[in-house]
Amino acid sequence: MSDTPKRTPLYDLHVELGGKMVDFAGWEMPVQYPAGIMTEHRHCREKAALFDVSHMGQVILRGEDIGAKLEKLCPQVFTTLPVGKARYAFFTNEAGGIMDDLIVSNAGDYFFVVVNAALRHQDIPHMAAHLDGVEVTEIFDRALVAVQGPSAEDVVGSLCPAARDLKFMETTLGEIDGVECRISRLGYTGEDGYEISIPETEAIRLSKLFLAHPDCEPAGLGARDSLRLEAGLCLYGNDIDQSTSPVEASLLWAIQKRRREEGGFPGADRILKEIAEGAPRKLVGIQPEGRAPARQHVEIQSFEGNTIGEITSGGFGPTVGGPVAMGYVSAGHGTPGEKVNLIIRGKAQPAEIVALPFVPQNYKR
Amino acid sequence: MSTYYAEEHEWITVEGDIAILGITKHAAEQLGEVVFIEQKEEGDEFAQGDEIGVIESVKAASEIYAPVDGEIVEVNETLADNPGALNESPEGDAWIYKIKLSDPSQLDGLMDLAAYKNLIG
Repeated sequence: MSDTPKRTPLYDLHVELGGKMVDFAGWEMPVQYPAGIMTEHRHCREKAALFDVSHMGQVILRGEDIGAKLEKLCPQVFTTLPVGKARYAFFTNEAGGIMDDLIVSNAGDYFFVVVNAALRHQDIPHMAAHLDGVEVTEIFDRALVAVQGPSAEDVVGSLCPAARDLKFMETTLGEIDGVECRISRLGYTGEDGYEISIPETEAIRLSKLFLAHPDCEPAGLGARDSLRLEAGLCLYGNDIDQSTSPVEASLLWAIQKRRREEGGFPGADRILKEIAEGAPRKLVGIQPEGRAPARQHVEIQSFEGNTIGEITSGGFGPTVGGPVAMGYVSAGHGTPGEKVNLIIRGKAQPAEIVALPFVPQNYKR
Repeated sequence: MSTYYAEEHEWITVEGDIAILGITKHAAEQLGEVVFIEQKEEGDEFAQGDEIGVIESVKAASEIYAPVDGEIVEVNETLADNPGALNESPEGDAWIYKIKLSDPSQLDGLMDLAAYKNLIG
C-alpha cells in the first residue's frame, strides 16, 4: 500500500462541506463535519444522515454456482439466497477465526459483495484463489453512499420510488435522476436506510440531491462508529479478528441452520464444537455506571476482582446519553445484569453487563 | 494579572502566586465534543509536566499537563456534571483548577498570547 491516502469520488464534496479529513485504512475520509459527531449521530437516529462508505471494497462475482462456491469460504447459506436479497456474512479461517465480515447480495446475473476497506487486499485475492471458475472483479469506478435514518426512505424514495418497496436486506438496480445505481436497503447504524452504489462521475451530484432533502445531513466516520456501537454491531479489527470465532463474537444468528448441521466451511471443527459446548469467551454489551468512557483494551474484572476480559469497542453513546462498550468476558460470566469493574486509568469503575443492542434496531422488515 | 500559554495547550492566568488554569479554545476545538473530565483533588501537589487530569471527547481521551509546579487550591466542580462547558467556554467559565504556584520563575518559560498564536498557526 502506498503511504499517500487515497481519495474517494466524494472527496471534493467532503472538503466543500467542511469535513475534517483523517487517514482511515489508507483513505482520506471525513471523521466529522462542522456539526460535530454528537449532532451528526443524533440526526441519523432522528432524521437521516449521508455517509461516504466508498472506501469499502465493491466486488462483482460472475460464474456458475457462485453460491455453492462461496459456502466453502463462509459459514452462511448462499445457494438458496434469492435474487434481490443481501446477506451478512464472514470469511472464516482454518482456525475458526473471522478473516473479514462482508455483505453478499444475489444480483441475479452476478453476486455483489462489499468488504471492509482495510481488507480489500486480503479478500479479493482470497476469493480469486478459492472461487474456481468465478470471475472476481473489484469495482474501482463506483462510489458507495449510505443514507441512514428514519427519513432515509423519503430521502431516497423521493428520487427513486422503487427504493420505497425494498425491505431490509433487499437490493435492486434503480434509476436516480437518470443514473443507474445499485440500491440496497441495509446499513451499519441500526437504523433503516440504504447503501447506494453510484458511478463515480455522478456520485457528488446524486449525494447533493440527497442532501437537498430537508431531513438529510452529512455525517462522518465518528458518528458511524458511535451509531454502530449503540446498535451492537461488530467492527472488524476491534470486536472481531482472525482469532475470534463467530460463536465468541455472538454472531451465531448469522450462521444458518443447514451450515450448523453440515459444516463444510473453514474452521468448522472449532465453530461447531463451540456451538455445541459453548465458547471460552463471548462478546457482550457493557454499560459503565459513571460517566467515564471505557475504551478499547480497558480491562474487565469480575465483581470479586479477577480479570475476566477486555473492552474491544467503547465510547460515548450520544443517543444513550452516556458511555457504552462491548467486550469479551470469559465463560461463566456475561449474564445481563452481572456487575463488573472496568479498570480505567488504574481505577476500578463499576459497570453492568447488558443485552445488546443499546438502542433498538429500527429496520424495515 | 497576566495569562501564559503552554505547548500542551493549557492557559494559566496569574495573580500573585495564585493562578487559574484551563485548556485553550484551540485545544477544545481539536478535542471535539467533551463528554467527561477526570480532575485531581484540592490539596494535590504536582510538578511541571505531570498529568493533572484527563478530558474525554467523543473521539478520544487527552491528558491535561501541568505547565508549572504547584498545588491545587480549588477544583471547578461544575465540569463533572457539565463537561460540555469545556467546548463552550474553555477560556472562561470552564476553567479547570485554581492553583498555588511553587516557583513563579517557571512562568518565564511559557508563551504569551502572540507566541501561542504563532504555535497553533
